[in-house]
Amino acid sequence: MNRFPWKGGLHSVVALIAIFLLLPTLVVIPLSFTEGTLLRWPPRGFSLRWYEILLTDQALRDATLKSLEVGFFTAVAATAIGTSTALGLTRGRFRGRQLTSSLVLSPIVVPTVITAIGTYFVFVRLGIVGTTAGLVLAHTVLALPLVIVSVTNSLRSFDRNLELAAASLGAGPLTTFFRVTLPLIAPGVAASALFAFITSWDEIVVALFITDPVVRTLPVVIFNQVRSGVDPTVAAAATLLILVTVIALGVALLARRRTMT
Amino acid sequence: MTTTRSAGHLEVRGIAKRYDKVSAVDDVSFRMAPGEFLTLLGASGSGKTTTLKIIAGFEAPDSGEVWLGEQPITQLPAHRRNIGVVFQNYALFPHLTAAENIAFPLRVRGIGKAERAKRVRHALATVRLEGTGDRYPRQLSGGQQQRVALARALVFEPQVLLMDEPMGALDKRLREALQLEIMRIHRELGITICYVTHDQEEALVMSDRIAIYDDGRIRQVGTAEELYELPESVFVAEFMGESNVFHGTLDGKGKVGRLIAPRRPPITVSIDGPCPIGDGADAVVVVRPERIRVLRRRRGDSEPEPGRNILTGVVQDVIYLGSDRRYLVALPDGSTCQARVGAAHADPGIGRGDHVELTWDRADAILLEAPAAEREATS
Repeated sequence: MNRFPWKGGLHSVVALIAIFLLLPTLVVIPLSFTEGTLLRWPPRGFSLRWYEILLTDQALRDATLKSLEVGFFTAVAATAIGTSTALGLTRGRFRGRQLTSSLVLSPIVVPTVITAIGTYFVFVRLGIVGTTAGLVLAHTVLALPLVIVSVTNSLRSFDRNLELAAASLGAGPLTTFFRVTLPLIAPGVAASALFAFITSWDEIVVALFITDPVVRTLPVVIFNQVRSGVDPTVAAAATLLILVTVIALGVALLARRRTMT
Repeated sequence: MTTTRSAGHLEVRGIAKRYDKVSAVDDVSFRMAPGEFLTLLGASGSGKTTTLKIIAGFEAPDSGEVWLGEQPITQLPAHRRNIGVVFQNYALFPHLTAAENIAFPLRVRGIGKAERAKRVRHALATVRLEGTGDRYPRQLSGGQQQRVALARALVFEPQVLLMDEPMGALDKRLREALQLEIMRIHRELGITICYVTHDQEEALVMSDRIAIYDDGRIRQVGTAEELYELPESVFVAEFMGESNVFHGTLDGKGKVGRLIAPRRPPITVSIDGPCPIGDGADAVVVVRPERIRVLRRRRGDSEPEPGRNILTGVVQDVIYLGSDRRYLVALPDGSTCQARVGAAHADPGIGRGDHVELTWDRADAILLEAPAAEREATS
């Protein structure tokens, strides 16, 4: 290992960057506990009134439940499709594998606005704008690359001989997958499911295009409220959003660490 | 050709496999009798593991066929071949206990719980691992893990067992113990075993027959004795044990051929028996060090005893090995000859710088064609 004489300085720089990255997010949390009626820094006093409103406000509650619903189904769909895609891309030997790999990962590179506009036009044709199924579909496309990358990593570090051994012992490809491969890459798959959930949970750009006043997710509602009148309920909703994200991320990281060891 | 093939009769017919443009296996064929222990022996990258993978069904050959009993299995996927495989790195399922690992092939075959438990117990007993069934692979030593892998590959009673360097990761003492264990199991179960190793000694200890691999091809198949006593090429002779190799040109006269080494002054090596190689051809004679007798040089002419070949030289070094002595002798043409003499026959007085006579029975000299590369170089 290298010794850095300027290690202390390096640590400070890293700390500053971390603060810079986190501050906009963290500022929201104290704001949500303010007693005042304005979304203003610094917050005044301490109260849970905005959380009370959050829980009783019909629109916010509906949006939260909708976000959870869409997130859940996105996680399920993206994980199922992504895991099989990763399996095919790592194990399969076919023409155009490189091309397929680039194509399925392209949503990472394409600006979300472009994806959103494209999705909107297609969905209008199909008549699924403003439906839960449409939202799940769009979010699945966005979450897919994350799942594929994460599961591919798990499969790369997976000992292929175990699959060959299972085959020699009489297990067909499906049995081998469910009895050997899946149990061993399960932590990686679980982590990618949570990443897929998070992707959907805090997605706004595509959601703005393809939601309508009836089917709205939490980020969309927050965005609209901030635009109309600024009320600390938004901060409470945002804090909830952050909390769920942090929990999901934490579980995902724990799951990943279990794969490593 | 005999037509009846019984269970466990494995045959490989002219298989070839290329990766990109490199040939991994090239026209490999062999037949195994039921219950036979055949070792594929060769350096790494010589094609022995690829052969095993093709038999197991992990790789498809570009051409050629694999037969098991009366059935061609070349097109059959690995999981339908009913061939047990033991891997070098054990390949135990880390999320299953030893007993669950062994039960895996039975479970896949839909065998009931009671029967499964009985057969797992039996398999654990066969590899002498009673009482470790509920441990996970990571809680077992390397040797124990390999025994579990062996039990798992045997429990579904395959006709053929393939083993790919199964002791590569074990230390010498464990290896020897496991060798004996595998031989015992082979005897008791009468199973056909195809074993891959690069360890010559391991091959000699365990096998009924050995196939010597070189560069994707089998150079020779035979019992250890056949390979050692009657090698068909210099490669096999040098691969199996130590040897003195004399290169030269044949001048066949009657039954005794003489090989005159090209260097100056020429030395002459005589061969007994029919000479299959034409007069004047380049050839090689191989003499095993333990076939050579070392005597202090007598005064006057050295006349060989009838039927024996004689060379003279100067002792460069004597290495004492307890059971025998190894002599390195410089020959007049500048080359070195090695002799190994058992303790009962060695003259302890012979030391460095002594003039000696090296003699051997002409029948012990193995005449071979010069290797192809050499023939090209000299022509």
